[in-house]
Amino acid sequence: MTKANNRLGLVFFPAFDWALSATHPEREERLLYTQDQIFEEGIQDIDGITFYNPGVASEKDIARVHFAVPDVASQLTQSHFIAVGGAIRAFQAVMEKEVDKSFALIRPPGHHAHRVVYGDRGFCVVNVEAVALERIRQDYGDLRVAIVDTDAHHGDGTQDIYWNDKDTLFISFHQDGRSLYPGTGGMEEFGGPAAYGYNINIPLPPGTGAEGFLYILDNVVMPILEDFKPDIIINSAGQDNHYSDPLTNMNFTAQGYAILNERLDPDMAVLEGGYSIEGALPYINLGIILAMAGLDYSHVFEPDYDAERLRQDAAITAHIEHLAQEIYALWKHKEELADEHFKNKKEVTRERQIYYDTAGIMEHQVQTFTLCEHCSGVNTIDSKNDKRAHIFAITLPRKACQECIAKAYAMYAGLSKRAYTHIYLQDRPKDEYLSK
Amino acid sequence: MIIGIDMGGTHIDGVIVANGKILKSIKNTTDRDDLFKTIWTTLQELIKDIDKCQIARIHLSTTVSTNALVENKVSKVGMIVQSGPGRNYDFSAAGDQVEFIAGYVDHRGVVVKEVAEREISTIKDNFTKSAMEAIGIVSKFCTRNPGHEKQIAQMLGDHFDTVTMGHSLSGRLNFPRRVHTTYLNAAVSRTFRDFADNMEESLKKEGINVPVHILKADGGTMDLDTAKTKPVETILSGPAASFMGLSALFSENTDGILLDIGGTTTDIFFLAHGVPLFEPLGISIGKHKTLIRAIYSTSIGLGGDSYVRVENNNLRIGPHRMGRPIAFGGAHLTPTDAMVALGKLEAIGKEQAVAALTKLAKQLKLSIQESANKILDEMVSLIKERVDAALAAINARPVYTIKELLEGKEVQPQFINIIGGPAKILAPLLAEKFHLKVKYPQEYAVANAIGAALAKPTMEINMHVDTQRRILSVPEVEIYETVGQDYCLASAENRALEIVADAALKLGAVKDNIEAEIVESNSFNMVRGFSKASKNIRVRAQTTPGLIYALKG
Repeated sequence: MTKANNRLGLVFFPAFDWALSATHPEREERLLYTQDQIFEEGIQDIDGITFYNPGVASEKDIARVHFAVPDVASQLTQSHFIAVGGAIRAFQAVMEKEVDKSFALIRPPGHHAHRVVYGDRGFCVVNVEAVALERIRQDYGDLRVAIVDTDAHHGDGTQDIYWNDKDTLFISFHQDGRSLYPGTGGMEEFGGPAAYGYNINIPLPPGTGAEGFLYILDNVVMPILEDFKPDIIINSAGQDNHYSDPLTNMNFTAQGYAILNERLDPDMAVLEGGYSIEGALPYINLGIILAMAGLDYSHVFEPDYDAERLRQDAAITAHIEHLAQEIYALWKHKEELADEHFKNKKEVTRERQIYYDTAGIMEHQVQTFTLCEHCSGVNTIDSKNDKRAHIFAITLPRKACQECIAKAYAMYAGLSKRAYTHIYLQDRPKDEYLSK
Repeated sequence: MIIGIDMGGTHIDGVIVANGKILKSIKNTTDRDDLFKTIWTTLQELIKDIDKCQIARIHLSTTVSTNALVENKVSKVGMIVQSGPGRNYDFSAAGDQVEFIAGYVDHRGVVVKEVAEREISTIKDNFTKSAMEAIGIVSKFCTRNPGHEKQIAQMLGDHFDTVTMGHSLSGRLNFPRRVHTTYLNAAVSRTFRDFADNMEESLKKEGINVPVHILKADGGTMDLDTAKTKPVETILSGPAASFMGLSALFSENTDGILLDIGGTTTDIFFLAHGVPLFEPLGISIGKHKTLIRAIYSTSIGLGGDSYVRVENNNLRIGPHRMGRPIAFGGAHLTPTDAMVALGKLEAIGKEQAVAALTKLAKQLKLSIQESANKILDEMVSLIKERVDAALAAINARPVYTIKELLEGKEVQPQFINIIGGPAKILAPLLAEKFHLKVKYPQEYAVANAIGAALAKPTMEINMHVDTQRRILSVPEVEIYETVGQDYCLASAENRALEIVADAALKLGAVKDNIEAEIVESNSFNMVRGFSKASKNIRVRAQTTPGLIYALKG
């Protein structure tokens, strides 16, 4: 009997009775062929691989990360609570040492969900990884975490959530935002004043193949992880960099994803996007499962795999090599750069428009980060949308100092309900979430 | 009048059942060197004074195939395996010679790469040279399209004793299990066929012209002809017979626990709404995990004859048996001795049992009575522990829809039914420990044979419909039909019920007696290019497992 070299926990929850709409890419059929492949390959019988059912996340779990407007219950469906519950279960299995690693194959995805949630954007309402991570931080204490997002779309929601958090390194490699939704994800988006350099974007040109992805992994991601020394590595395992994905223009392969996973060696992985449901997902997911379990994946190929056709253009290779150098240099100089940007400043503001493509909502927000000597500082969001919502949200970071805590509560008490439709206070130190 | 015979490793039980009553029962010893003679002798004893015309059929649970495997008296099997891209498999335990071949079919049944016919010819020559007797052919996703398996079988022709194709054994997806199931089937094929032929001939000579049905591991039966092509299904039918016997002695319709406490082991089974709980994928036979549908059971090395001793100041029972209880002439202390010492059981060696218990009591610093009670309490605790662990695993079985997850259906036992030597004595202790009512039958000695006699034909089918490719397939029964592009779930379910009922008839079911049901059914919109193009439908149907009728009184 085959025995896994790493004990692996799998939450495989295809939600066969849920779709965004009948013909939407995020529909019942999405993980059907992946299930067929997993079943046919006999993954259930591998000694050391354990399947778990998802749990159901609570409203408080969501409020720990998001300002859902008007409230959590009205923004989320059962499918979201279960997707998050699936990731939480997978993370718990690792934290409780039931397994060495875990992979949550759940849907819908989450990495486009920002802190403020007015609705669905990029098929995401709630940031699955972030909510699961904050839950385990709540239960198991401080953790230094690296999230590596391998979805073809920029993980803009995860970036927003961890923008000012030095304990959470976020690295996203994605198809260049100039050619793909959501449009963000440039190198210059490098983190907030308390965490400058801890948000790393690697925009890749359309047509990037396995060679390019692995080059970036070996020459940027791995060296940075070596410097950062995380307690935990989480892989946002989007699968739409695949050559057959209908929504993107990349040339990554199932073999490539498996190799990447093996080298990255994440503790947990969570499925994000990926909509080539017949030609790619069954093979990529199989590859990732085998790689995480420490088993041979060298025979995993797509039916139409053709190495010659997928060979990466020399110009792309040159571009990527240059990009790798540039990004690693930025990482190495992050402290000096932070000084340049933020020295002697009391606060930093960031103004943005955020479009909810699925829900058709336009949001305008101003984030204000106060700089504090003792902690990463109180930060606020003043946000309006074109559906007449106008909210004010205050966040106290996990390790907020007494002074900042007092300041945040004073601010919350002082804000008038007449000026805003909703006012929120996210008190992470006390794990309390207020709104009025 | 039905004759039920269950041949186990040590004993063979036989009963005649008519009109819901047991007319006659027999218990003999199994002669491992001549299984056929064992059965034949028992059968002859059973029908000695019976009017042969009254016999409607004979139900037989045999260890013929199991025994062949255990004693390694199996055919030499050459396996042809088409594994396509995916895991890197080691199938060295599933065949005497295993050949991996080119070509493959994908998850939808589309041929991606053809079979290389020249490769098959070479393998055929090699198998002939190395004197392979039986052949197994398995391709990945053959349940979606068995074309390659059939093509290869045709190329092999009648050159070998038997050829087993993977898709014919189960419609479920699990390639490695299918490979092992196919191997086992090919390996025991000749032994079982010889046995079946012998049986038929002997019955004919005796002037008994009735159908013979063979017990399967799922507690159902199949006709002898089917058994000859799928002998793998007869393996481990013994526990299933015992389960069906227990069901026949009580009729239940809620969730419950069934216990069979023997001398060496305790077997644990579960009922959900009165229906047996099955293994999720299939039974394990030695190192082989298979796709053979089977009644779920878990076993503990714990029984009336288990070895009792003190280790590191702790009382330990089992898992080994060191011989007979002291009260019955053995040399080592057992739970049975505790029962004897407590006066719950009569035995000639009561004095010796009490003496042995006195020694144990000193070690435990307890009185004799306290130690005896502690032994029985420990026994019941061990059973409870295993039952709880099994239930936790059963109730954590994966689900795939939001509805199922939120409903959170669980098996919640309402009762315990128990058979075996210590049943009566342990019943009140179990009732206290589990807080459940416990029942035990007066007559259980031939429960297995009763189970065999009253078992019904069982059938499961796995239907797959792809309206884009316009194919409806049910691999287990070789059904491949063309459907319209507007074929829907309701039509599929109706067709599945029809197919499963037909298949049950072929297995020997009585027409008016067939209850078919849908176990799982799903229909998926297949969207290609942002419009609803077609449907992918999956339906699993079965004949409701159960008994022909419950015993009266």
